[in-house]
Amino acid sequence: MTGRIVRLAETHRAPVAFRFDGQDLVGMEGDTVLTAILCTQGSLRAAEFGPERRAGFCLMGACQDCWISQEDGPRLRACQSPLRAGMQLRSDGWRE
Amino acid sequence: MTRVLIVGAGPAGIRAAETLVRAGLRPVVVDEGARAGGQIYHRPPHGFLRDARALYGSEAQKAEALHACFDGMVARGQVDYLPGRAVHSLRDGHAYVTGGAPIAHDRLILATGATDRLMPVPGWQSAGVFSLGAMQIALKAQGVALGQRIVLAGTGPLLTLLASQLIKAGAGLAAVLDTSRMGDQLRGGIGMALARPLVTLRGVRMRMGLPYYAGVVLDGIDAGAVRWRDARGRPQVTECDAVGLGWHLRAETQLADLAGAEFEWSETWQQWLPRIDDMGRAGPGLYLAGDGVRILGADGAELAGRRAAAACLHDLGVTAPVPDLRRTERFAAALARAFPWPAVDVPDSAIVCRCEGITAGELRGTVDRTGPEANRVKSLARVGMGRCQGRYCQLAAVDLIARHARTSRAAVGRLRGQPPVRPLTVADLLAADSSAACAKPEDSAATPDHSAASASPLAAPCSQATPRMPCSPSAPKT
Repeated sequence: MTGRIVRLAETHRAPVAFRFDGQDLVGMEGDTVLTAILCTQGSLRAAEFGPERRAGFCLMGACQDCWISQEDGPRLRACQSPLRAGMQLRSDGWRE
Repeated sequence: MTRVLIVGAGPAGIRAAETLVRAGLRPVVVDEGARAGGQIYHRPPHGFLRDARALYGSEAQKAEALHACFDGMVARGQVDYLPGRAVHSLRDGHAYVTGGAPIAHDRLILATGATDRLMPVPGWQSAGVFSLGAMQIALKAQGVALGQRIVLAGTGPLLTLLASQLIKAGAGLAAVLDTSRMGDQLRGGIGMALARPLVTLRGVRMRMGLPYYAGVVLDGIDAGAVRWRDARGRPQVTECDAVGLGWHLRAETQLADLAGAEFEWSETWQQWLPRIDDMGRAGPGLYLAGDGVRILGADGAELAGRRAAAACLHDLGVTAPVPDLRRTERFAAALARAFPWPAVDVPDSAIVCRCEGITAGELRGTVDRTGPEANRVKSLARVGMGRCQGRYCQLAAVDLIARHARTSRAAVGRLRGQPPVRPLTVADLLAADSSAACAKPEDSAATPDHSAASASPLAAPCSQATPRMPCSPSAPKT
């Protein structure tokens, strides 16, 4: 699926490489994890209690919709977490 | 010296801090944001290039003044500033925060702001549906649009403001669907214009040229489209790949609840709000300011922040000027009438609680079995028990419960706040423990930064880890 997010400004920033569900992706310095993922993906994770996918909702750390996992275990809230080079992120790490 | 803790560094928190600093106090300011400014004057990360005019439009000067005011106080060492930290619990005169030791305080000023006020629309749980605030934060803080073809729906000043900001930034906007009828808007608009004519005129102008429809009913969001009915009841379908929803704002009150504030149902604001006196006092040593207590907007929040700090100073025996909020309150009340919260009328199949996928039908069935009390319905139906802790479903749920049981929302009650008011990682708890001991910084530095929300490392320098003091807001010391 193509990305959900459209970059409108601030496109001068340096690229930052990371992995999401085993894919090599590239975001930009200053991106949140949510921005970086949704630039090329349609969603962040599966819903726990329904058939739909989720892509975050409030982007201000209040709704808790955008928690995803890192491959080494710790979870993070994608909308509040700055993207760092080499991050290894998973949509549903805690289930596997 | 009296230790005053301010939670939130938006317009209210910043002006509260400034007022205290002017009186010679050195407040502690904890803020979830990486940079001060709050959501309204949210600052992008370092290295972004758009200027204040591009980010904040007509409010650029106010934003810059606030940022400069706060950055100056931090640079001069007049405040203890802890960014990227969330206060998740309050007990016995201590605020428990992510990424550091509990903060002892004698007095507490809460400037926790607001979130979008949401109501369910069938299909709103799908990926690509966001709050209006989310769309605005994405634009301001990241320079992005959350879709290629966007529908904005709901009501309130943010609806048209965001629409004009998106168009200006070059985003694709398919439609702006306002559930408020033109008649309500005109009646409320008169009160708004009487209180603040220029601000009202700016709002009217903003609407020109927008694909704007008033008095709509939203039927559902599915398969890349929003189904709605126009003011004359004709069914319409607008194709889109992103939807922003919001019905004005909901005060963020969980911490006020934990701090012991009493609440009352407000007909004006159509939500439960903490009870305050005319200076913003909500209890002994407890002061509330900004949209977290009354939805007065950014200008009102600056005034309310000054007022809450003045109340705090008065209680310490120091006089400080008390700003007059009456005009702001008149404007805000008229605005609430112009953009009312419509009745929540969704089919049984609609999901009310996004966190756990609880439907309106399950909620109504629970009311039939247990009666219409909000906390009992929460316990049995789990509405409001999910990870957002009811922030985005509780007002709609109370409305649905009251309507189903033919009683009032005031009678249904409100969900009690429960600590922690944010989900915590184990690392957050470990960090609190290790920095509370404040013994070996190298130990805590070895703890991986799991919060990641925090720009500062988990290892709190000892200077930030305040000594535990036997004090509480109810026993203030000077």
